[in-house]
Amino acid sequence: MAEKDLIWRIAGGSGDGIDSTSQNFAKALMRSGLNVFTHRHYPSRIRGGHTYVEVRAGNGPVGSRGDGYNFLLTLGDSFARNPGEDAYYGDEEVKPLTENLDELNEGGIIVYDEGLLDEEDVAETDLEQRAEENDWHLYPVDLRGIAREYGRDVMRNTAGVGVTAALLDIDVSYFEELISASMSGDIKEANLNVLEDAYEQAQEFEHTHDWSAPEGDGHDEEQALLSGSDTISYGALDEGCRFISGYPMTPWTDVFTIMSQNLPKFGGISEQVEDEIAAAALALGASHMGVKSMSGSSGGGFALMSEPLGLAEMTETPIVLVEAMRAGPSTGLPTKPEQGDLEHILYTSQGDSSRVVFAPANVRECYTQTRQAFKIAYEYQIPTIVAYDQKLQGELRNVPVSFFDEEPNSDPGAVLTEEEIQEAAHHASGKFNRFQHDPEDGSNVSPRSVPGQKDGRFLATGNEHNESGHIDEDPENRVIQMERRVGKLADIREELDGLDTTHQTYKGPEDADYGIITWGSQQGTVFEAVDRLNDAGHSVKAIGVSDLMPYPEEDVTEFLESVDEALVVEMNATAQFRGLTQKELGRFGEKMSSLLKYNGNPFEPDEIVEGFETSIDDGELPHQRMKYVPAAGD
Amino acid sequence: MSAFSAIDEEREIDRDEFTPGIEPQPTWCPGCGDFGVLKALKQAMPEVGRTPDETLLCTGIGCSGKLNSYFESYGFHTIHGRSLPVARAAKLANPGVEVIAAGGDGDGYGIGGNHFIHTARENHDMTYIVFNNEIFGLTKGQTSPTSPKGHKSKTQPSGSAKEPLRPLSLSLSAGASYIARTAAVNPNQAADIIAEAIEHDGFAHVDFLTQCPTWNKDAKQYVPYTDIQQSDDYDHDINDRREAAEMMYETETKLHEGEILTGRYYVDDDRPSYGQEKRAIGEMPEEPLAERYFDEDADWDRTYDLIDKHT
Ligand SMILES: Cc1ncc(C[n+]2csc(CCOP(=O)(O)OP(=O)(O)O)c2C)c(N)n1
Ligand code: SF4
Ligand SMILES: [Mg+2]
Repeated sequence: MAEKDLIWRIAGGSGDGIDSTSQNFAKALMRSGLNVFTHRHYPSRIRGGHTYVEVRAGNGPVGSRGDGYNFLLTLGDSFARNPGEDAYYGDEEVKPLTENLDELNEGGIIVYDEGLLDEEDVAETDLEQRAEENDWHLYPVDLRGIAREYGRDVMRNTAGVGVTAALLDIDVSYFEELISASMSGDIKEANLNVLEDAYEQAQEFEHTHDWSAPEGDGHDEEQALLSGSDTISYGALDEGCRFISGYPMTPWTDVFTIMSQNLPKFGGISEQVEDEIAAAALALGASHMGVKSMSGSSGGGFALMSEPLGLAEMTETPIVLVEAMRAGPSTGLPTKPEQGDLEHILYTSQGDSSRVVFAPANVRECYTQTRQAFKIAYEYQIPTIVAYDQKLQGELRNVPVSFFDEEPNSDPGAVLTEEEIQEAAHHASGKFNRFQHDPEDGSNVSPRSVPGQKDGRFLATGNEHNESGHIDEDPENRVIQMERRVGKLADIREELDGLDTTHQTYKGPEDADYGIITWGSQQGTVFEAVDRLNDAGHSVKAIGVSDLMPYPEEDVTEFLESVDEALVVEMNATAQFRGLTQKELGRFGEKMSSLLKYNGNPFEPDEIVEGFETSIDDGELPHQRMKYVPAAGD
Repeated sequence: MSAFSAIDEEREIDRDEFTPGIEPQPTWCPGCGDFGVLKALKQAMPEVGRTPDETLLCTGIGCSGKLNSYFESYGFHTIHGRSLPVARAAKLANPGVEVIAAGGDGDGYGIGGNHFIHTARENHDMTYIVFNNEIFGLTKGQTSPTSPKGHKSKTQPSGSAKEPLRPLSLSLSAGASYIARTAAVNPNQAADIIAEAIEHDGFAHVDFLTQCPTWNKDAKQYVPYTDIQQSDDYDHDINDRREAAEMMYETETKLHEGEILTGRYYVDDDRPSYGQEKRAIGEMPEEPLAERYFDEDADWDRTYDLIDKHT
């Protein structure tokens, strides 16, 4: 059997520095030559409430979270900062320890803060008994005591990392380097001391477990650790986006924050405004002036953008919107991922929709597809939406640094210069024909002017309009303008199909009997499941779809024709992507069954294995975490 | 060299330039006050020295929203209530362009009220003309936020139970730095006020009383009016916030008692505009952002230079 990946979980209260500790932990392992992947789980409270982050590290590709995990470090003092709150919340200190046990794999290691936890409280739990049953290895360590010795209790997390390194044979120097680089002065010294002390103490322990972290094979080139939010932002910046307007909403806030911190340095403008209607409208206003602009939100805020989005379609004003999905309806599960906004994104706003929608699979596609989104939006004068979710937002992965060694693109797309405007067609009224019926080369794109250019005057209006933009209800004009606007989607599909690179990804043997179809952020998990299924003797392949609109008709048709049956895996309750596929392709209803999950947590690879096995014998799932829906007419 | 040669072009400007080459048949009813706004705006533009090519007129939805169909310039006829967010971003993107927003009382004080408050608060350097006919014109005469208490309409058959909104007072407390009221029946004052509003560096709000003879029959035609700057009865200091507030309150109350007061209410010339504030803290480039996309020599940073911190 291949060496097993380390899946390290750090759990505690959500004010315990778990994010930064796990980020450094992942970075250290990346620097040691392993591939890393993080999974963040957190409840929607600033302080209090248990949370955890998992870091998965291995020499193989790690494209998803694993099944369960094998190392638990619990810090948490959770809610009870204020002793007066004890009565209200009960004793929470022990919960990060007890509440994480269900997913801990056999043979796993548990390190908990014996300094913080009351021994009697621990004794009252069934920890000992379960440890025995599952062959878990318990290491109570006085993390708080070690930290306190150097001045600050909060350094418990550093102590925990030191203990982890000692128990798993990880070279502690990677952690030392990170502490040295990210801290300074007394705090740096204190943390280094805590790390060393904890490491040395833990080396003296009697190690009852017999496994250690995989040793890194090393990387061919330097790696960087980034999240989907980082790479969406970087893609936008590299594509020349210099204007963002937004209103905070989890998880969209991430991109909004990263952009707001970088735009001033890049000579751009960020605006936090009064609501999402304004946010989308501002991005339109800036784009109307020729500036590459974006906005975005999560479900509820995106709903408010519905009308400005339609205005962008009607006035052919380019714009890129990010939709960071979270579980709905309404406020839903504010910090949990779901893919339930698909239909909302595709169709919201009155009238026939003409928009482009991408759903990147991973950190790399977040970068490349955001760049593509800007290119298409500005070349085709069409709103383009990048849909991702809470999962991709919080997950960090290593990517070679050279991946980002790309040239920026400042091209504003189909915009004329003043000289070109002089040559271009003008209406008898004197206005510039910004919405020509029949633009050159049979293209559906009529190049625009921007305010301030000489002789480029036109009216942009949400009413139906003639060539120069004037309100016009003539039926013939109406049909021509509609067909031109909606017709762009076919042109875009043709352009995307003609590119050397595609954002549809395939996995598994080409001649497989069964297929799995998935989209957006679930692709990595599905691909890992496909490997396991083939290892187990099944004949399965998968397609991961990242272009949602215009729909990649050829790619999916070819895939569906090549398999006997297909399971569509998505994180929502009503099989929205399967519905889209049937609508777009007009067939295959009898071939596609669905595996759905909408309990607030993304799929794990083994769940997909289980779901697949259920689907091939049309059985029933033994639990409520997922739902299986057979194909039509089955 | 600027990619926008229309901006700050020095030349004689004729008011006829603001009339479209082929004048569309106006959809406004005969006698509508909206004609007065169009006329005043056309008269003001040559006075402030701006040409059609360097002007962006953003409107909302309503009878009033049709303004840019009859006015020659760059135009953006947006959606109901949203002219201000479109307009203010346009100004940030290219401060060289003269940005004017306009719309109805329903559009600006009702559905777009949140944007009105925040655009005033932020003091964006632009002009906002509200066609205040105290009614929803386009949708056939329903009660609007400025309709007087007791006003009957098809959707308020027993008369409105609501006190009307006080637009001048609201504007002052929200933060507008130029606030005036004028009326369609007073064309010279209207043109002067609009010219002043355009020249003001900051958010200039003009509440423009526009009679709607079609749906607001019992409303007065806003005559006789008093220009508070011309009248001996009033002499408040327009630079004094407190005095302005009192004068506004009186004006708003008297409107519904049948006395029409108009004129300048508040001017703060010292307050920096939002663009100035934003540049002062380094969050807005000195050169217009829009120029950069046409400048072949412009420097474009790339994120490769940010990757170090992720390694
Ligand atoms: C979101 C939305 N709601 C409602 C309407 C219908 N509508 C169009 S104009 C208008 C009110 C117009 O009143 P006002 O803004 O005062 O402008 P006026 O016609 O009086 O100039 C309404 C309710 C719309 N276009 N969009
Ligand atoms: S309905 Fe009233 S506001 Fe609208 S155009 Fe006619 S008179 Fe003017
Ligand atoms: Mg009105």
